[in-house]
Amino acid sequence: MNIEEYRGVWVFIEQRDGQLVDVGLELLGAGRDLADKLEVDLCGILLGHHVKELSNELFEYGADKVYVIDDPVLANYRTETYMKAVGDLVRKYKPEIFVYGATANGKDLASAVATEVMTGLTADTTILDVDVEKRLFEASRPAFGGNIMATILCKKHRPQMATVRPKVMKKLEPQPGRQGEIIEETIDLKEDDLRTKVLEIVRNAKKAVNLEDADIIVAAGKGIKDEKGFKMVEALADVLNATVGASRDVVEAGLCGHDHQVGQTGVTVTPKLYFAIGISGAVQHTVGMANSETIIAINTDPDAAIFNVSHYGVVADAFEIVPLLTEEFRKALQVKTEEGGVAHV
Amino acid sequence: MNILVCIKQVPDTKIIKVNPKTNTLDRSSAPAILNPYDAHAVEEAVRLKKIHGGKVVVLSMGPPQAKEAIKKCVEIGADEGYLISDRRFAGADTLATSYALYKAIQKLMDEDGIDLVLCGKHAIDGDTGQVGPGIARRMEIPPLTNVIKVEEVDPAEKMIKVRRKIENGYEIIQSTLPCLLTVEKEINEVAYSPLPNMLRAARYNPIVWTVDDLKDVDMKQLGLKGSPTIVGKMWPPAKSDGAQMLDDEGDVKKQAEKIVSLVLEKRELFEAKGGER
Ligand SMILES: Cc1cc2nc3c(=O)[nH]c(=O)nc-3n(C[C@H](O)[C@H](O)[C@H](O)COP(=O)(O)OP(=O)(O)OC[C@H]3O[C@@H](n4cnc5c(N)ncnc54)[C@H](O)[C@@H]3O)c2cc1C
Ligand SMILES: Nc1ncnc2c1ncn2[C@@H]1O[C@H](COP(=O)(O)O)[C@@H](O)[C@H]1O
Repeated sequence: MNIEEYRGVWVFIEQRDGQLVDVGLELLGAGRDLADKLEVDLCGILLGHHVKELSNELFEYGADKVYVIDDPVLANYRTETYMKAVGDLVRKYKPEIFVYGATANGKDLASAVATEVMTGLTADTTILDVDVEKRLFEASRPAFGGNIMATILCKKHRPQMATVRPKVMKKLEPQPGRQGEIIEETIDLKEDDLRTKVLEIVRNAKKAVNLEDADIIVAAGKGIKDEKGFKMVEALADVLNATVGASRDVVEAGLCGHDHQVGQTGVTVTPKLYFAIGISGAVQHTVGMANSETIIAINTDPDAAIFNVSHYGVVADAFEIVPLLTEEFRKALQVKTEEGGVAHV
Repeated sequence: MNILVCIKQVPDTKIIKVNPKTNTLDRSSAPAILNPYDAHAVEEAVRLKKIHGGKVVVLSMGPPQAKEAIKKCVEIGADEGYLISDRRFAGADTLATSYALYKAIQKLMDEDGIDLVLCGKHAIDGDTGQVGPGIARRMEIPPLTNVIKVEEVDPAEKMIKVRRKIENGYEIIQSTLPCLLTVEKEINEVAYSPLPNMLRAARYNPIVWTVDDLKDVDMKQLGLKGSPTIVGKMWPPAKSDGAQMLDDEGDVKKQAEKIVSLVLEKRELFEAKGGER
């Protein structure tokens, strides 16, 4: 492999039912910065059926070029077809960096492509940078059970690949009318020769738990111990009309569903207010909430790492302070309603 | 139906400690366990075997201690277990891991056919989920990831239908056999092992292979040498200015009042959406 032949930054653009998925636009934002530093084009890889029109939006969000393959066999995501299409593009156009959203399909595709073209892939990265002189991609992620960040490098293989979780990177402000080049490619696969078929796709109308859009999140950590503690946190969330979040340990203890998990393997959130109650602040948790507007942490341990990423901290026993908070908020918010100010149930 | 399950022994990341001085992992601080997702994969294999017959074989790459994780799988109901263990495998990233496992799978296939390969969704020590699709690509069989339910298997027609978890829902996908599934925890409950399994596991001795037991191995693709990714620098996550501590000499009531007034100052939180509720 002559790595000098590889140039350009690529972003896999996921679409679902003909709609762009946000993470692709977020990665164009991050990719723009890398491409500018390396002085190369930023390219979107767009696969599907009847999707070419989406390219214009990609240009507005920062892409210089979009490689499109529009074919009925690509209508729904399948590893079999997408791996072939992306593998062919990589072999033909040789990008140096290639990033994918860490969604179910994005991770699946990136893993298959990494083996297909024999290169390195770093999962669930949270920071992307580049050593311009060596043209070396620096993909960083939390590692080793928390407490530590590691930069993963891929020196001798190209493209250098990574997956990035949704909501970690920021979209650029779209520039209406910004133009770019569309390069159309084809895929040589016939439906009858394929081994897999998507029979049905079922999307829940509304997610039961919608942490991503919540203004207030009250999150419980293992410090709340058991079901009683969890109920106590729920009661506080209730008076604040907040959504309940949780650390992985709370989810694994069976106190709530995985939908509630905040962090590296849960969701990334950016509410206006985040209560961290009995959460130690392992990096896998904090990468998912550190960008919240205001963070208030409650923990019995004055040295807990969560205080490093919080705006306000209280060293207190959750079992004492949370019921007090619930009561105080209930009073305060009810009074307001009576004054005719805010309706709050 | 012959089912192969790839399983990994992992440190229990819930307890593992990092040495704050050297920024390295203190592996001795955490007990080694069977990767929880892999336990579900073995359980599912055993369930399918009960319906369709055949056997369940587990395969792992790791140090000699990983035999314990294999014995755990025998407890769940696996028939046989193989460990590939050799210093030359050490330091493997996901690409080199899938290569080594693939070489062992080839050898197993020479002995017996494989109709289905199962892996966990990911291993909890790295959370990459890359090894399963990697093995499938090398075997040239379809990978079906994030499976939450096996809807239907027809070994005679060489067909399987599974339910895959995707964002905001699921999809039903059909594939020819053989194929590879990576499973989520929702797929089943790992049942308590019946006593005969426990007894069998206690006496069971997994078969151990070294690199020399495998055929046509390209040494350049093994271990550290075969791993395109390397760890560059490591650092403790950024410490910000830290929180403003509301101490009030530990008076909980005062602390609570302070929090309440701080929060209520953010009026927009309570006003903007008031009407909708
Ligand atoms: C690959 C990988 C991915 C991961 N992904 C995630 C993820 O997405 N999300 C996530 O959250 N974690 C994740 N983790 C786990 C993470 O490393 C931590 O183990 C986890 O976040 C710890 O949860 P915790 O803070 O609730 O529990 P603990 O670390 O046990 O902390 C409990 C805290 O509660 C405090 N406490 C105890 N009693 C009280 C009391 N009465 N009142 C107030 N405070 C009290 C303690 O001082 C302590 O700080 C991941 C780990 C790995 C290895
Ligand atoms: N060393 C290994 N030995 C056997 N199976 C493995 C090994 N590493 C990973 N796997 C399998 O691949 C899955 C995903 O692992 P990972 O890609 O490391 O997250 C695991 O759940 C296992 O089924």
